[in-house]
Amino acid sequence: MPTLPDTPTFPVRIWRGGADGAFRRYDVPRRASQTVLDVVTHVQRHVDPSLAYRYACRVGMCGSCAMTVNGRARWTCRTHVDAVDGDAALEIAPLSHLPIVRDLVVDMVPFFDKWAAAKGQFVPTATRYDDFAKVEPGSAARRAIDATIECIGCAVCYASCDVVGWKANYLGPAALNRAFTLVNDVRDGAGIARVRAIARDGGCESCHTHQSCTRRCPKHLSPTGSIAALKRVMTRAALKGEL
Amino acid sequence: MRHNDLRSRDHAGYWAFVVHRVSGLVLALFLPVHFFVLSRALANPAGLDVFFAWTSQPGVKLAETLLVLALAVHLAGGVRLLFVEFVGWRAEGQKTAIALVAAAAIACALLFALNA
Amino acid sequence: MDARVGAAPVVDAGERIEGARFAAWLFVLQRASAAVLALCVLVHLATILYAVRHGLSAQAIVARVHASAVWPAFYALFVVAVAVHAPIGLRAVVGEWLRMRGPLVDALLALAAAGLLIGGLYTVFSLGR
Repeated sequence: MPTLPDTPTFPVRIWRGGADGAFRRYDVPRRASQTVLDVVTHVQRHVDPSLAYRYACRVGMCGSCAMTVNGRARWTCRTHVDAVDGDAALEIAPLSHLPIVRDLVVDMVPFFDKWAAAKGQFVPTATRYDDFAKVEPGSAARRAIDATIECIGCAVCYASCDVVGWKANYLGPAALNRAFTLVNDVRDGAGIARVRAIARDGGCESCHTHQSCTRRCPKHLSPTGSIAALKRVMTRAALKGEL
Repeated sequence: MRHNDLRSRDHAGYWAFVVHRVSGLVLALFLPVHFFVLSRALANPAGLDVFFAWTSQPGVKLAETLLVLALAVHLAGGVRLLFVEFVGWRAEGQKTAIALVAAAAIACALLFALNA
Repeated sequence: MDARVGAAPVVDAGERIEGARFAAWLFVLQRASAAVLALCVLVHLATILYAVRHGLSAQAIVARVHASAVWPAFYALFVVAVAVHAPIGLRAVVGEWLRMRGPLVDALLALAAAGLLIGGLYTVFSLGR
């Protein structure tokens, strides 16, 4: 990649190592419209090839490049260096609340384990011999999940949630948002099993409506809203003695 | 794994939570004292006046005002949460709701402090 | 390196008796008592503000409380709601900020609930005399 002559550099701190690692300083050329992902990529390609990080689409569609930038979880491909924190030095770390594999890469297994524990999998009820399912687009259940179905599992909300950090068994905003989406899917057959999954300790009752998830979601979803709705579902089930 | 620091907590929803939790803790710890003092004072009616005289000291008045503030903010914040959870108030309106909660609680505390 | 690919899922850690029904009912009781307290506290704040606004003396307050059976009944309801609401709230604080959870913590909080109930009702009783 050709470097412009006399390009000014700026200091960047990047997390190296595992949980017991540390920030290391790199001086990176400053370019117009530079994103944080550009910065990380520059370091890995031109300074230190051993830097481990994840990305895929680099255009804000896949969520793979999520990292902690100056203390906040975001998609690095959609975070312009200009837009980060005024005068503070750029600081890039792996997502919070997930085990660090190395450098900027986290182990997503616990995130998806909780997705499964919340019964975030679709449970089919029809076979190929049945007619197409009819989902009424104007129905309350379908409209309720208009936004929630857009989740791509990037874990920014999970990394931003304070309760996830305080309570190891809290299922977290993404898993609960997914459970809410499926609760409102008329084709799904999980029934009361899913309500039990989100009603237990560490389920929706652990959410304290901080809205950190909603604030940071790059797709502008509101897991807070989904979780509040799940609380209503859970309450109804409890009062009816269905749990 | 890494944890977040204050940089990710710079929004109203988080601080509304902190105020709600701290006020709840203050009230929970105050309650046994409240019951004890009240029952002692009521058992001895003359003692109630002595008690009220003691409470007229400025330091005690300040503490009482803070307790009223704690009670009012925990009530108002709690009502906000009940609306979010059971009526379904949405994310967009929460900053306004939090501002109204704070205003109501401060108004209550001032009403107490200025009259007491 | 603390990667745990292939390790057992975290979510079952420390669950034991906290099945869905128990956790859901704790939530329901917490919110139901909150709704009751919303009304009780509104009345309580109103009476406090009324009393200070009108500079009521100790005798005056006690006289008004004795005048009707509604007051002891009201405060008794208040005490019951608080005895349910406060310990469940404390359970969350203790579990999240002190990271203390389990049957011993629950037992201590149940004890606290009993203490608040007994202490509170005793005080209401003194009020009624």
